Amino acid sequence: MELLDYAKTFLTGGGICLIGQILMDTTRLTAPRVLVIFVTAGGILTALGMYQPLVDWAGTGATVPLPGFGYSLVKGAQEAVLEKGLLGALTGGMSATAAGVTTAIVFGYLVALLSDPKSKR
Amino acid sequence: MNSKKEEARAYEAYVKEFTPKPRYFRNGFRAFLTGGLLCCAAAWFKGFLLKGGFDEKTAGMLTTIALILLAQVLTGLGWFDTIAKFAGAGCIVPITGFANSVVAPAIEYKKEGPVLGVGAKLFSLAGPVLVCGLAVSVVAGLIHWFRV
Amino acid sequence: MKEREERRRGRRTLWFPSGPVLLGAGSVAGEKEGKGPQAPWFDRILEDDRMGFETWEKAESEMLSNAAEIAVQRANLSLGEVDVMLAGDLLNQLMSSGFAARKLEIPYLGIYGACSTMTEGLLLASVLVDGGYCRRVLAAASSHYCTAERQFRMPLEHGNQRPPAAQWTATAAGAFVVAADDLPMPRITCATVGKVVDPGITDTHQMGAAMAPAAVDTLCTHFEDTGRGPQDYDRILTGDLGKVGSQIFRDLMLRKGHRLEDRYEDCGAVYYGPFQDAHSGGSGCGCSASYYAGRVYKELLQGKYRRVLLMSTGALMTTISSQQGESIPGVAHAVVVERDPG
Repeated sequence: MELLDYAKTFLTGGGICLIGQILMDTTRLTAPRVLVIFVTAGGILTALGMYQPLVDWAGTGATVPLPGFGYSLVKGAQEAVLEKGLLGALTGGMSATAAGVTTAIVFGYLVALLSDPKSKR
Repeated sequence: MNSKKEEARAYEAYVKEFTPKPRYFRNGFRAFLTGGLLCCAAAWFKGFLLKGGFDEKTAGMLTTIALILLAQVLTGLGWFDTIAKFAGAGCIVPITGFANSVVAPAIEYKKEGPVLGVGAKLFSLAGPVLVCGLAVSVVAGLIHWFRV
Repeated sequence: MKEREERRRGRRTLWFPSGPVLLGAGSVAGEKEGKGPQAPWFDRILEDDRMGFETWEKAESEMLSNAAEIAVQRANLSLGEVDVMLAGDLLNQLMSSGFAARKLEIPYLGIYGACSTMTEGLLLASVLVDGGYCRRVLAAASSHYCTAERQFRMPLEHGNQRPPAAQWTATAAGAFVVAADDLPMPRITCATVGKVVDPGITDTHQMGAAMAPAAVDTLCTHFEDTGRGPQDYDRILTGDLGKVGSQIFRDLMLRKGHRLEDRYEDCGAVYYGPFQDAHSGGSGCGCSASYYAGRVYKELLQGKYRRVLLMSTGALMTTISSQQGESIPGVAHAVVVERDPG
């Protein structure tokens, strides 16, 4: 049974990345644009109620790729709205993803201070 | 004006004859494979944390943090771009790509100082992702509030 | 008035009756370039692309002044004997050139022609020398992968894939001493000023295609102005159209009725080996500069060619123009060098 879960995760995660690759190869979209598109798409799909089933089905296969980031943001906002009312729309997204974003920024700052850019060969 | 645009389009089509195509199949396969494996590794790690007594939400958060740390250390060592050359979207589309896009410009602008160099450049690529993501979340939150 | 006519042929070709001499040349190339097929021709190959400096910009500036120093040394001159240095690079406000000039303490005129800078410099140097305003002029150009990449494209450590038509900015510099002299050395006999031509390409990974029509325009004008054809040259070289761009150039020239055949080569297309992951080939001011100053100049001295046409090609886009959706304008200047004129 567990193996089947892994298969679902693999298929979904790989599939989302495959879509990204096709986007980059067939259009002129650069990596940052692809990231923006995926986060936004994930957020919109979540708001439409279409991403939650995928997360239930594939687990990390749907949460680790960037649409999953959009999913966490929107889900956080929706949950916060239920708890705190209108203000939750403003606080929810940020608080749900605070751990990841803060790590990325603070640890990123640290790594940047400690390492040097290297010439490509 | 229009004829100029048409000329440009005709030239672009002409240029296309000389331009080698990206290896769609090979690139796609690599992206699918690495992306899938990365998600499976995340699943395994999350399962490991769940067994260790963490609840679902914390385990998910820790998994994300672990992936971000991993990607940023690899970027700092100068290995991420080499991996990305092979894996393409397989490591750009997962959260690792976001982590990389935070650090990469910051390392590059280190010599321009800790405030306006590193500090500002942390967001030069990742900023748009956060802006769009947060904007969508606020709009979705508002819609949700109206519905409830 | 008569003299003026003698110095001009047709619309855009400048004639240099005195034939300014290429008295010396210097080329410096980076680590990756030094592992490529052109390695034996470079005067100096860097072991470290940063040259021990803390920034890439300092390294590029040092590379440029190195190339200049080698050229002056080969010409048996001292830096103080050079009247003017014409130099350019790809960075904003010509950072590398200005800072190299600060170090060399030579009167300096900065020029920008993107990757066409080397032939633009040679053309202007010939004008100064032939016009009698200067005795010895240094023309130099440089580019550095790490400085150009972060200014024009993406940070170095950012994970991304390059499309097949993309070119690799060469880490290299080249310099020539152009002088009024009687020595039996290669001479610049004429030059054709390029017109900016924009075929409407917006993809910044298609630089070769964006510049090819400008190169075609310059070369055809040169043939018209001089009454010559491809057969009058032993070698016709374009700067950095790359593999994709040079095929387009060859085909466009054929459509204009000029068969280039074996004598034509593109510096960018032959700059890197097949396993160096440079895709369509080399680019950047340093690519054609180091190729001319390294290989072509030495082959001219060996007497391998009688008459060659050098044409560096530049794409005049900026980071802002490409974000604003502007297409990429191209320009190409041609310079003719002869072993034994007359």
